[in-house]
Amino acid sequence: MIYIVYGIVFGFLVTAVMGLFASWVDRKVTARVQYRVGPPLLQPLTDIIKLLGKETLIPAGASRIAFFAAPVIGLASVVVVSTLLWVNNLTPAKTFLGDLIVVVYLFTIPSISIIMGGFASKNPYASIGSSREMKLILGYELPFILALLVPIIKAGYTIRLGEIITYQVHNGIFIGSFSGLCAFIVVMMCVQAKLGLVPFDIAEAETEIVGGSLIEYSGVGLALYKLMKNMLLFVLPFFVMILFMGGLRFEGIHILWGLLKFIGVVAIITVVRNTNPRVRVDQAVRFFWGPMTIIALLGVVLALIGR
Amino acid sequence: MGVKLNALLKSPWVFHLSTGSCNNCDIEILDCLTPRFDIERFGMVLAGSIKHADVLLVTGSANRQSMERVKRIYEQMPKPCLVVAIGECSLSRGLFIHSYNCPVPIDKVIPVDVYIPGCPPKPEAIIAGVVKLIEKVKASQKEAKK
Repeated sequence: MIYIVYGIVFGFLVTAVMGLFASWVDRKVTARVQYRVGPPLLQPLTDIIKLLGKETLIPAGASRIAFFAAPVIGLASVVVVSTLLWVNNLTPAKTFLGDLIVVVYLFTIPSISIIMGGFASKNPYASIGSSREMKLILGYELPFILALLVPIIKAGYTIRLGEIITYQVHNGIFIGSFSGLCAFIVVMMCVQAKLGLVPFDIAEAETEIVGGSLIEYSGVGLALYKLMKNMLLFVLPFFVMILFMGGLRFEGIHILWGLLKFIGVVAIITVVRNTNPRVRVDQAVRFFWGPMTIIALLGVVLALIGR
Repeated sequence: MGVKLNALLKSPWVFHLSTGSCNNCDIEILDCLTPRFDIERFGMVLAGSIKHADVLLVTGSANRQSMERVKRIYEQMPKPCLVVAIGECSLSRGLFIHSYNCPVPIDKVIPVDVYIPGCPPKPEAIIAGVVKLIEKVKASQKEAKK
């Protein structure tokens, strides 16, 4: 029963509020980088409310069930994964064996829901976007999982998120060591690709395939996708913070530290997004299977020898 | 005023449709997104797909070929939506008023909510036109309530 409360309050509401705030920070920082003023604070929320009130169009010949189920599946998986992370962060003792693996699987489902929606909408641009997204997943999953091995090894071969947090509380955060830094760089790049932001926004390249997989979505479906992406903009930095920076803590000065950590991670994502051009899909896969995998392997080796 | 319409007026995503204009109006529309004018202050974003758009910006004198496409694009736009005609050509066919290829102005084919004259209109004029559009919709909502 308590987990339903966790799911609704922390998994959905708090995550949605923080995600919309992160989305605003992202847009505002982008605007300031380009010497613009930028949108007001409530803009992401207004966008979602507006999209909820619009007409929903279904393209002729599309698969209706898959077309409507895809955004719901994506949003549901984000809610579940954020609930898991919040429970781990608030009560580190109450975890089950292997929740890190569950979280890694759940983080793939939003991308899969985008692929599903794209293929269901019977649009050639959407199909191209979906196939690009699929190749991108093949690219970034390998270095992502290799980099996740570093906190596992450093926390004493545990795959419980709660134990990783408690280890960092007692022995210092992982990003301070060489192996942790290597893994952090790799994970940040993978987070960029998972969020679909600019160096790796190949799947929804607005200027070449006009929105990619989401091209046919309007109204409620698009609102759910936007909400899912905004929530991911909170959940993925939160996951990175749990793995490498000791998570969020709620006693005294640690609240301020937690907020600063979060804004710092979002700012890194935004700066990377604003200072890079879009790469091609073959360049992205080569980047992930080449340099990123090597750095991740280096991190694993350093972690094994205790650095 | 309803929550829905209020939200629509605060985040109008625009779709930019050129029906055979000389490109001057299109350049002026893109100027609105630049740092000097920055319409993202008002929540306006240039949408890539017509399914995401709330406001259709039409430029150019629609000819026999593009008229069909304008109609189809308008029908694909999710309602409630607004249409803005920008530039002399889309208002009254401008230079091409005697052309055999431009039989009717755009507002005979799709309902136009606001007209922005000029050849091409300045970005300031475009922003002023959109502000007038928002005020018009708000006023009509108040009328409907009474």
